[in-house]
Amino acid sequence: MFLQLFWTYLKIGTFTLGGGYAMLPLIQREVVDRKRWLDEEEFLNMIALAQTAPGLIAVNSAIFIGWRIGGWRGVCGAVLGAVLPSFLIILAIAMVFSDWKEQPAVEAVFKGIRPAVVALIAAPLFKMAKSAKIGWTTALIPIAAALLIWLLHINPAWLIFATIIITLLVVDRIERRRK
Amino acid sequence: MIYLALFLSFFKIGLFGFGGGLAILSLIQMEVAQFGMSQQEFVDIVAVSQVTPGPIGINCATYVGYTIGGLAGSLIATFAIILPSLIIMLSICKAYFWLNKRFKGNSYFEQTLRMLRFTVIGLIAAAALLLIKPTNFIDSTSWIIFTLVAFFTVLPSITNHQSPITNIISHPILLIILSGIAGYLIYA
Repeated sequence: MFLQLFWTYLKIGTFTLGGGYAMLPLIQREVVDRKRWLDEEEFLNMIALAQTAPGLIAVNSAIFIGWRIGGWRGVCGAVLGAVLPSFLIILAIAMVFSDWKEQPAVEAVFKGIRPAVVALIAAPLFKMAKSAKIGWTTALIPIAAALLIWLLHINPAWLIFATIIITLLVVDRIERRRK
Repeated sequence: MIYLALFLSFFKIGLFGFGGGLAILSLIQMEVAQFGMSQQEFVDIVAVSQVTPGPIGINCATYVGYTIGGLAGSLIATFAIILPSLIIMLSICKAYFWLNKRFKGNSYFEQTLRMLRFTVIGLIAAAALLLIKPTNFIDSTSWIIFTLVAFFTVLPSITNHQSPITNIISHPILLIILSGIAGYLIYA
């Protein structure tokens, strides 16, 4: 399990550009679609938890999946796999090439990759919405959340806390009325 | 003691950094000032962190650590930024799995998780929206790449059956590599 998680996260860590959010589609593909370690629902729960906790989303998600699949060893494997490619690549860059950014070929490759990264984050949203069984009214929640972050730059962690508190209050009212 | 200061700085960053790597950058920026790093140096490090694979926070921590304290510095900074996550996220995981076992079917618990899923979809949408800016979309070719990658990504869910061909052409890693090659051919 250690090796499997290490290898999976090593692959994810090596091929994602653009940080934690860009890792999510790859994590989903590897962990949900291929290995079936988590289902789509649990995957979305995992993102909510990884967002709420401080620190890097990529590392937090590695901890969740590692713990869920392989306990302590799983956590070590997944975190090591997620961090190692970054660490080695940056170290190599810092040590060897300091002027690589000025290479026009490197810049051209990145010009192609940047819009692709955005598409990879946006496109799976429809599948996620479908498997979360979103309706016309409940669709207002993600829309409002997205607009609040996009336009007002509200910290996502606050939206998670607000969702938990509002839901508990509303459910509490409904339950009390029923009694 | 430079290593201890480095450890404490990055531990603090990991502990108070809410909202992921991009949000953490401003915290790193504040912390590195005490190590005598210039703004220009920091901006360069951020640029490198964004265009290299992996979590931006890890990239940045490794680079800043190396600049300040060499190989040992990079190890310490990277470890220190992960440590708070390890402690807090593991506690949250344990609590979640415990609650999940204990309150399965409980309407408070189930509804909260259900609503959180909707919010999270919004969070991901916001991440994509925030990335639609001129530095990422430089011309109409960028939008063509965006559309093609989005199309191939949703293809398996439209056709609704898991054929090996759609599975391969919708793979994120392949799509990133192909976009990189396209970028090289078009812009270089």
